[in-house]
Amino acid sequence: MIAFFIKRLAQAIVVMFVISIISFSIQDNLGDPLREMVGQSVSEAERQQLRDELGLNDPFLVQYGRFVKNALQGDLGTSYFFKEPALDVILAKLPATLELVFGASLIIIFLSVPLGVYSAINPQSLFSKAVMGLSIVGISVPVFLTAIGLIYLFAIELNWMPSYGRGETVDMFWGWESGFFTADGLAHLVLPCVSLASIMLPLFIRLIRAEMMEVLQSEYVKFAWAKGLNPRRIYFLHALKNTMLPVITVGGVQIGTMVAYTILTETVFQWPGMGFLFLEAINRVDTPLIVAYLIVVGAIFVITNTIVDLVYGLVNPTVNLAGKK
Amino acid sequence: MALLEVRNLEVSFGLRSGAVKALRNINFTLDRGERLGLVGESGAGKSVLGFSILNLIAKPGRITGGEILFEGQNLASMSDRDLRSIRGNRISMIFQDPMMTLNPVLTIGQQMVECLMAHRKISRDNARTIAVQKLKQVQIPSPETRIDQYPHELSGGMRQRVVIAIGLLMDPDIIIADEPTTALDVTIQAEIMELMVELCERNNVALILITHDLGVVSQVTQKAIVMYAGRVIEQGPTREIINDAQHPYTQGLMNALPQMAIPGQRLNQIRGSMPGLQKIPTGCAFNPRCDYVMDICHHQLPGYTASGNCQVACHMVAEMKKSAQASEEV
Ligand SMILES: Nc1ncnc2c1ncn2[C@@H]1O[C@H](COP(=O)(O)OP(=O)(O)OP(=O)(O)O)[C@@H](O)[C@H]1O
Ligand SMILES: [Mg+2]
Repeated sequence: MIAFFIKRLAQAIVVMFVISIISFSIQDNLGDPLREMVGQSVSEAERQQLRDELGLNDPFLVQYGRFVKNALQGDLGTSYFFKEPALDVILAKLPATLELVFGASLIIIFLSVPLGVYSAINPQSLFSKAVMGLSIVGISVPVFLTAIGLIYLFAIELNWMPSYGRGETVDMFWGWESGFFTADGLAHLVLPCVSLASIMLPLFIRLIRAEMMEVLQSEYVKFAWAKGLNPRRIYFLHALKNTMLPVITVGGVQIGTMVAYTILTETVFQWPGMGFLFLEAINRVDTPLIVAYLIVVGAIFVITNTIVDLVYGLVNPTVNLAGKK
Repeated sequence: MALLEVRNLEVSFGLRSGAVKALRNINFTLDRGERLGLVGESGAGKSVLGFSILNLIAKPGRITGGEILFEGQNLASMSDRDLRSIRGNRISMIFQDPMMTLNPVLTIGQQMVECLMAHRKISRDNARTIAVQKLKQVQIPSPETRIDQYPHELSGGMRQRVVIAIGLLMDPDIIIADEPTTALDVTIQAEIMELMVELCERNNVALILITHDLGVVSQVTQKAIVMYAGRVIEQGPTREIINDAQHPYTQGLMNALPQMAIPGQRLNQIRGSMPGLQKIPTGCAFNPRCDYVMDICHHQLPGYTASGNCQVACHMVAEMKKSAQASEEV
């Protein structure tokens, strides 16, 4: 177990290092932050002085070294726009984004497993064929189109759902505002979560179906039939447990990808999360905020992958987390 | 009444190119405690026959004719629920590759207990006790610890012992073993086979042994069936078939056995190979490979001729019997 965590930690360090290099070096190419920070009236001499004060004139490596040193102390710089620590600004928006991803994940899990399993068991049924057909359509429609379609239909035409914002939230702990505990908050979650889920759901249905169909052909499933077991036990224990192994691995990566997709969804629904903030930060060339966003997303990637590995190890007995025989 | 009687069994696969018959006109009986060997080349239909006895042919396969009478009940037309009470309970199966047969994510114990609990009203603890006993019977050392292990923690030989233990779990009437030792290390093949046969003998379990190995058939079984391209071409008491094979194909199989050949001489392989199901020649399916092929073999399917206690599907054998009879009458 300790060996596993050390290995994970080493991986995390490498990943974070690469992300920090990339995110730090792009800030040179994003335009002039001073233009955003100060008005037209400031003279060129004053600008130079400000640049010196901000350390923007130092060589790359010096700037990067300073950046890492500060980052290790939890300081990712001060947002030019908000005039507050960039990390705090980002983290304040983290709950909104995580709740969006969580809601979308719930939708994906609770729909893809039954649909994938059903269409693997009954590949010839009309319903399975309809699910497969729709999933192809779902894969090929871009998210923002789905989102706009949902808003048009359910928010504007039918007026069932709110179309933007988080609605009423409850303060949980450490300033975590949750939308999961009020009717209004939940109503606001529905459309954004559905449209975020719409990208991954068809992929997962197809993945689960394909894996399950393969598992159903396996010798151990045939042996389970030959033992005279109940079909439910064969499908939902013998087959599903094996089906989920590769699905968990893929799923872990996809959760990370979904965090990135929230940029689109949050923008369309004006969801006050990190993604929305990130786009604003790009518009304002608020480099510390951009860098902080990339690093937080990188950290989320590393954390979800570690959790996925742990879960995988729990489900799959042939994986030995401790690395001993 | 025989324990198992298969009558005119026919199995087809509905493929895109049309239906092909994987089994045609299969007839045989099996008595309580009897051991039957099922031999033939790869693709002859041995496994299909084994699975169809349990009515477990996977789509696109289907039993398209005939009866499988187990104690008089026809398994071919039985409901799924009733079939389930027979599978793994009265008739169980042992598969070829123990590396693939056990579910990798469930413990040995889980895979044994579930079988007991599916067929018997029994508590989990009692089921576990029985499972441990069975593991002991198949000579698994320290079964109390092994039972909580996962398949990957056991060697191939150990796993096949577990599979045999699962096969014997419900004290079945019949075990169908499909090449139970082929996938194992040569050094333990004989040991596992011996164990299985001994346990069958001790518990009066009938055994259908599917194998390529005529040597094993001659040591283990009382009765043998030789299959070719989905048909039985010769069947009868094992001793008669081994010592006095009538069908040219069976003779060919015997000559191909290493222990039958004179040392130093090349093994006599049967020339050519068995046709696929879609390309079975008219008449006798063996005719392109047969050294004794006659005109009639090309256009007429041979019926069964009695020879001693054997049934042989061969025109030449039929002809010889006829002329022998004729000369007797003269
Ligand atoms: N699912 C299937 N779909 C189509 N044809 C099949 C299927 N399963 C088996 N067959 C065909 O049935 C025939 C008999 O196959 P079977 O597996 O019974 O052979 P076998 O005698 O057991 O061979 P082996 O010694 O290699 O195990 C083969 O020609 C095979 O192509
Ligand atoms: Mg086979």
